[in-house]
Amino acid sequence: MAPTTTATTAHPPRTIVLVGHGMVGQRFLEALAEHRVTDSARVVVFCEEPRPAYDRMHLTSYFSGTTPDGLSVTPAGFMAEHGIELHVGDPAAAVDRAARTVTSAAGRTVAYDVLVLATGSYPFVPPVPGKDARGCFVYRTIEDVLAIEAYAQGATAGVVVGGGLLGLEAAGALKGLGLRTHIVEFAPRLMPVQVDEGGGAALRRTIGDLGLDVHTGVAGKEIRTDAAGAVAGMELSDGSAVAADLVVFSAGVRPRDGLAREAGLDVGERGGIAVDERCRTSDPAVYAIGECAQAADGRVYGLVAPGYEMAETAAAAIAAGPAPAPPAAPAAVAKTFTGADTSTKLKLLGVGVASFGDALGAADGCLDVVYSDSRAGLYKKLVVDRDGTLLGGVLVGDTDAYGVLRPLTGSVPPVPPEQLVLPPGAGAPAALGPAALPDDAVVCNCHNVTKAAVRGAVADHDCTTVREVEKCTRAGSGCGSCEKVLTALVNDELAARGVAVDTGLCRCFAHTRTELYEIVRVKRISSYVRLLDEHGREEARSGDGCEVCKPAVASILASLAPVIGADGYVLDGEQGALQDTNDHFLANLQRNGSYSVVPRVPGGEITPEKLIVLGEVARDFGLYTKITGGQRVDLFGARVDQLPAIWARLVDAGFESGHAYGKALRTVKSCVGSTWCRYGVQDSVRMAIDLELRYRGLRSPHKLKAAVSGCSRECAEAQSKDFGIIATAAGWNLYVCGNGGATPRHADLLAQDLADDELIRLVDRFLMFYIRTADRLERTSVWLERLEGGLGHLRDVVVGDSLGIAAELEEQMAAHVAHYRDEWAATLADPERLARFVSFVNAPGVPDPSVRFVPERDQVKPDLTLLSGPAIPVRGTLEGAPA
Amino acid sequence: MTTTAYAPARTVLRVEIRTAAGWHPVCDLGVLTPGRGVAALLPDGTQAAVFLGRTGDAYAIGNRDPFTGAYVLSRGLVGSAPSPQGSRPFVASPLLKQRFDLATGRCLDDDEVAVPAYQVRIAEVAA
Repeated sequence: MAPTTTATTAHPPRTIVLVGHGMVGQRFLEALAEHRVTDSARVVVFCEEPRPAYDRMHLTSYFSGTTPDGLSVTPAGFMAEHGIELHVGDPAAAVDRAARTVTSAAGRTVAYDVLVLATGSYPFVPPVPGKDARGCFVYRTIEDVLAIEAYAQGATAGVVVGGGLLGLEAAGALKGLGLRTHIVEFAPRLMPVQVDEGGGAALRRTIGDLGLDVHTGVAGKEIRTDAAGAVAGMELSDGSAVAADLVVFSAGVRPRDGLAREAGLDVGERGGIAVDERCRTSDPAVYAIGECAQAADGRVYGLVAPGYEMAETAAAAIAAGPAPAPPAAPAAVAKTFTGADTSTKLKLLGVGVASFGDALGAADGCLDVVYSDSRAGLYKKLVVDRDGTLLGGVLVGDTDAYGVLRPLTGSVPPVPPEQLVLPPGAGAPAALGPAALPDDAVVCNCHNVTKAAVRGAVADHDCTTVREVEKCTRAGSGCGSCEKVLTALVNDELAARGVAVDTGLCRCFAHTRTELYEIVRVKRISSYVRLLDEHGREEARSGDGCEVCKPAVASILASLAPVIGADGYVLDGEQGALQDTNDHFLANLQRNGSYSVVPRVPGGEITPEKLIVLGEVARDFGLYTKITGGQRVDLFGARVDQLPAIWARLVDAGFESGHAYGKALRTVKSCVGSTWCRYGVQDSVRMAIDLELRYRGLRSPHKLKAAVSGCSRECAEAQSKDFGIIATAAGWNLYVCGNGGATPRHADLLAQDLADDELIRLVDRFLMFYIRTADRLERTSVWLERLEGGLGHLRDVVVGDSLGIAAELEEQMAAHVAHYRDEWAATLADPERLARFVSFVNAPGVPDPSVRFVPERDQVKPDLTLLSGPAIPVRGTLEGAPA
Repeated sequence: MTTTAYAPARTVLRVEIRTAAGWHPVCDLGVLTPGRGVAALLPDGTQAAVFLGRTGDAYAIGNRDPFTGAYVLSRGLVGSAPSPQGSRPFVASPLLKQRFDLATGRCLDDDEVAVPAYQVRIAEVAA
């Protein structure tokens, strides 16, 4: 839907300015990109916070180890890909609607055709005396969280003002910091907006059991301070007082509509920029979305799902064309936002809480069905009307049923309501599965995905995993609360379609490569035959295996050789029979049966003497030479019986195997770096050589490519590599999981400004974690896409050691480094190993007559006429061979 | 039998392929690695690919990969595919990975294609 309205064709490209880059702002930009508006329009974004949009809903997960970057919801490279200008740390300061300009705090003035306000909300701080004392905080941004964490050092107790969603989140954070934590809530129960009295009571008991002090039905009266003006405690409205070193205000939010007010836009009576069902404000050139807006139904929504829907609505309206001509607009196709479901499900302090639909039973004549077990901390209430239609409900303690109940809201459930709240085993029938949901039930509330859409992703788009369905439909990529239902639906649908979900490596093994890796590692199995006979599929045991699992297992055995006590040399004994022909002959098979030879040139640095040797060897053996993309020289056209003589010359000149034939580290490419380049800030060549020599010979699920750039100009193209390093003034930035080739992917920044040893430690861990967990022939880029938790998880494991395996990964790499030997030198030194390098077993001196060459551009190329040969006998069996 | 009972004749196991001219010796059995192949030159100039299965059975088929024309089948990987008659050994071409039944030469991935298959025996002969 490009803006093709005739009125605009003669005009220069439109400029769209977005003020605010939170979750909703980012969703708006993505929707603009989906509508291809970003192809033609200039898009400028002002963001007050010092970082791009992140997941505010999971702020508390910072305290369980998620890094600020791990919370990001802005895909790497998104802004660059769509040509969006993002100014972080530079909020919009003024809007001049007459001139149609926005001016930022830093003094940037941008003229707009369309302005979108997504300024979000600010925390409401009740007017308690002392609220500005040192030690008072709000809980809204990553910066707030960092400030609380810093201040909590040395503090012993804290007060959270507000017992709603955010308040309980903040209380969980304080508790996690080791503080005695008080929760002060003015209403008579916790989470007054979402749960009823019974649910609030269950919640209060469970939270009290966790060691938090809950004060309900009271307000903060005054904050006490010490002589230095820092928080010392709080007096409450009931006359009691609590001692505390810090206070966190979490008593709700208010829409940030100040900018809009100053610009003269209409705002609601209780705040919020008034918008219509297309999210347009009183000025048709200005839109407002998310928590700063008062929707057409007069409500201000503080949840992310309605915000996303408003973002999509505004983007669709903007994509439809700049001319606001409501009478002509076909109402049927226009997306509108007239209100939203405010259902929520979350875990607060480890306690599951969910509410959906008419949770508080506000409808006339509605009835309750309640199950309550104070001992187990369970409270479940369903609200139904007289004919049995489910209107809403509250779940505390056990929210498993939420995924099914919420979509059933508004319909008559297929089983009586009491059976929906009874716990399993209490006489209730088997839990109501997602199969009971109607097709139009919304499974993912964040992205408004129906059950029918999920089924369609499997049926029509051939998705076979939850991950693929998530990519196809966006379901599950928001708050994640529908994950369980989604998984069940996808599996049901796959089963219904007769798709057996077999994750096995091949017909010989029902295990994945990762599982086989673990089996080999833990049981120290160093023989393929033993692995097949003990862990293969029943029907494959005592067989010959196959061409899929043999090289995969050979790679696992080679990767783990130092750990399981196997021989690291890949060609001896049984291991030799597992290798693809390339590994078998330590060279790369080409189309006419000849091989190519690629000696290692670490970092692409080579002496003139060595360069001359390469030329002489190629000339003497009649080889075709070509420079590779990895900064080395490929010599083509060697017969198998020539390989030892070629390598004897190369090894003699100081070359070693380049492993171009293996699923292994290929090259670490580099630019010339600070030694020569006037822009370079680090010695990228030295680092590239160090890395290449460290990881040479490392066998992995697929080939590994790397590069080191000496400055941000990135001449080595490090961001297209499995691991890429870019020099900074302070050290090195490490990028991972990039790819060139058919499906290019920009690498993601894993860590910044690393010292040499820090960099190497992280690369050690990263590579070994990849080798341990990737699938067969899965490049790092695909692996990361598949990895549960994505980049955040990878960073947690590699940088934060969240799995506690970092030391083990480092040890494994140290063993690899210690055990490395050049395969070609080892082969040349052993006559038995050399014996295989003949064209014919019964005529060792005879070269293969089918490998011949003809001239081309002063070099040679394969003579393919020799290969066309006689007609192939179809179904021919000679000499009565057994049929 | 006049040979001495105290010094049994030394013998080796030799792999032989049957050609139009009769059984043709290829190599000692000990030269072959289970799961791997070698190429052999036959008297008429054709090339055979000779393999040893895991249980010690020897097989021979034409060395030419009909899909590419290159003489490379001996460098493929041996595997076995389940069939009603039990598992049947195959070799996967190292170039484009099509599989060929080692006993019959039939391509398992394309009914229209086959390579020659040879009878093979392991003979005990004087060293």
